[in-house]
Amino acid sequence: MTKKQKKVLYRIIIAAALMTALQFVPVQGYVRFALYLIPYLVIGYDILRKAVLGIAHGEVFDENFLMAVATVGAMLLGVYNEANGMEGEFAEGVAVMLFYQIGELFQAVAVGKSRRNISALMDIRPDYANVEDESGRLTQMDPEDVAVGTVIVVQPGEKIPIDGVIVEGSSTLNTSALTGESVPRDASAGEEVISGCVNLSGLLRIRTTKEFGESTVSKILDLVENSSMKKARTENFITKFARYYTPAVCYSALALAVIPSVVNLLMGNPANWNTWVIRALTFLVISCPCALVISIPLSFFGGIGGASSCGILVKGSNYLEALARTKYVVFDKTGTLTKGVFQVTEVHVDEEFAALEGEKAQEVLLELAACAESYSVHPISKSLREAYGGEIKPSRTAEVEEIGGHGVIAAVDGKKVAAGNARLMEKLGLGDVLRSNSPEQKNGGTVVHVAVDGKYAGCILISDVVKPQSAEAIAALKAEGVKETVMLTGDSNAAAQRVAKELKLDQVKSELLPGDKVNAVEELLAAKAPKEVLAFVGDGINDAPVLSRADIGVAMGALGSDAAIEAADIVLMDDNPMKLALAVKISRKCLRIVYENIVFALAVKAICLALGAVGIANMWIAIFADVGVMVLAVLNAIRCLQVKKGLA
Amino acid sequence: MKKTYKIEVDCANCALKMEEAARKVEGVQEVTVSFMTQKMKVEFAEGADDSAVMQTVRKACKKVEDDCEIFLD
Repeated sequence: MTKKQKKVLYRIIIAAALMTALQFVPVQGYVRFALYLIPYLVIGYDILRKAVLGIAHGEVFDENFLMAVATVGAMLLGVYNEANGMEGEFAEGVAVMLFYQIGELFQAVAVGKSRRNISALMDIRPDYANVEDESGRLTQMDPEDVAVGTVIVVQPGEKIPIDGVIVEGSSTLNTSALTGESVPRDASAGEEVISGCVNLSGLLRIRTTKEFGESTVSKILDLVENSSMKKARTENFITKFARYYTPAVCYSALALAVIPSVVNLLMGNPANWNTWVIRALTFLVISCPCALVISIPLSFFGGIGGASSCGILVKGSNYLEALARTKYVVFDKTGTLTKGVFQVTEVHVDEEFAALEGEKAQEVLLELAACAESYSVHPISKSLREAYGGEIKPSRTAEVEEIGGHGVIAAVDGKKVAAGNARLMEKLGLGDVLRSNSPEQKNGGTVVHVAVDGKYAGCILISDVVKPQSAEAIAALKAEGVKETVMLTGDSNAAAQRVAKELKLDQVKSELLPGDKVNAVEELLAAKAPKEVLAFVGDGINDAPVLSRADIGVAMGALGSDAAIEAADIVLMDDNPMKLALAVKISRKCLRIVYENIVFALAVKAICLALGAVGIANMWIAIFADVGVMVLAVLNAIRCLQVKKGLA
Repeated sequence: MKKTYKIEVDCANCALKMEEAARKVEGVQEVTVSFMTQKMKVEFAEGADDSAVMQTVRKACKKVEDDCEIFLD
């Protein structure tokens, strides 16, 4: 509790004690009023002061004004009754003020606490950077003052303060503050590291490549801090609603105080001012829209905070709200659903070659192809070498002849090895063999055919590998109410269809050029109903225009990619597609809580207003309708923060 | 020029009031107050003296919500 809150707490205790004591003090008349005035002023002086100040500054109809009018009205009514020889009721006015303050205090404490919790979740700001001087002594510097190119030292247990490249040392890094993933990552000299990771084991010397302000940590902090500045439609609705609601209730209260009494007078009955004024005051107490005004931003803030603890950065409440209504999810294939890395997935050996080489035929084929391609820098030759795994001696390969658009012919260990596409085989006169046993048609991907000494030996299939979580993520999205999943890709139709079938996607658009992706998304946007939301998920490389064109742009695996963080509305820090399903789940939970609060608060208030108008609800029920509802709404809103991490 | 200031404010509605008051101050191009992060982000008009403007902003905010605080440093 802050100092201010403690002060309020003491005032509440003193006022409550005084009130209890007054129940037993046998005094009557104006003396009693004067005595009740003491706890009233103790508990309510600041509200009265703010109400007067508010009126002076033209700020009527805020909650201070409402409470002041309601309680002062109740006290004056007591005085009026005393003046007419009846017993005045003063306890009610004091009690209303007392409960109002208790509610306010609770709200301040609860909101403050959850605010701090959420901020702590997002607090990845490094406090210092260790800079080494000539004598080898470390000095702690403000990260903002470290120039680009400075070598900083990060000891085990410390956060990496600034993006850079490791010049010395190796270690494991904990990226969980950024990605929500607990699996540590290895890093050694020469590798780029990003700020915000925690160095777990070894001492690292890092040459900074960016200023602190441009580093990943600063970018992320900036993004999260600004997220609550972008308000959701629901929030704006509540602000607008409160603007009309409070005056409307005030005027209704005035009408309730005056009209029935006047009507009574006109009809010749006793006016009953007393009853109607009490009912009007009850109205005022109920009218405060605090429960809505506080709980809805708190829900969104909690949702954004909970998401960021899982490595999902949402740039604003509006995006969280839109995400909950997502009906179409469009994926870019490479790097999103697939790893974007080409790997050898199958090796087919021709019967004749298998007979010649025996059991190890597959490995021999791979080895020969890898050797033949050992001088090439093409990504396919790289994946061949990776699949082979062993060391390749340059001396084994000679007479290399690269034929553009066809492949490579080289002498490996004295054998003439040709590795390339179907056209190369045609050129070598092996077209017929190829046609009889090519796996290309059924599988997609890239095929490298290999011929040894003029004879067809087999082929190696290289394709992009689907991420292990992709299928599960698609199923989870469907379970969260997504109507259609669409994949966009520049790959051949055969490769695209294969992935789509494996992942159970609803639609595929293949053989697209980068520019076509925007058109494809435009088409989908035009076809959907206006209230349905289309989300595009990409890896942030080359798809910035699509990210900004879609209703929600989601960038995946954005750790270290500034362009993606800039262009997207929602950023998934690592490349696990399950995070998208988790993001949708969080957003839907958050929205559900927001609606629960709206409906609950408005329903209770409406019922209490109706009961108050006919005289069934008294001040005590009114206080529940105000403070009780607010407390419950705040507690409900705090649930947004709780995110089940199990899903990812 | 944009600057972010730490603030102290007790209620969401008060933060809203501060925002409205600060926006009316001369030299302030745009301002957003976040109750949740307890921050005020101010974009100053071209050529405005930020520390002088912030003094006025602080006064204006104090006027609408007397127990708020803006930390200027």
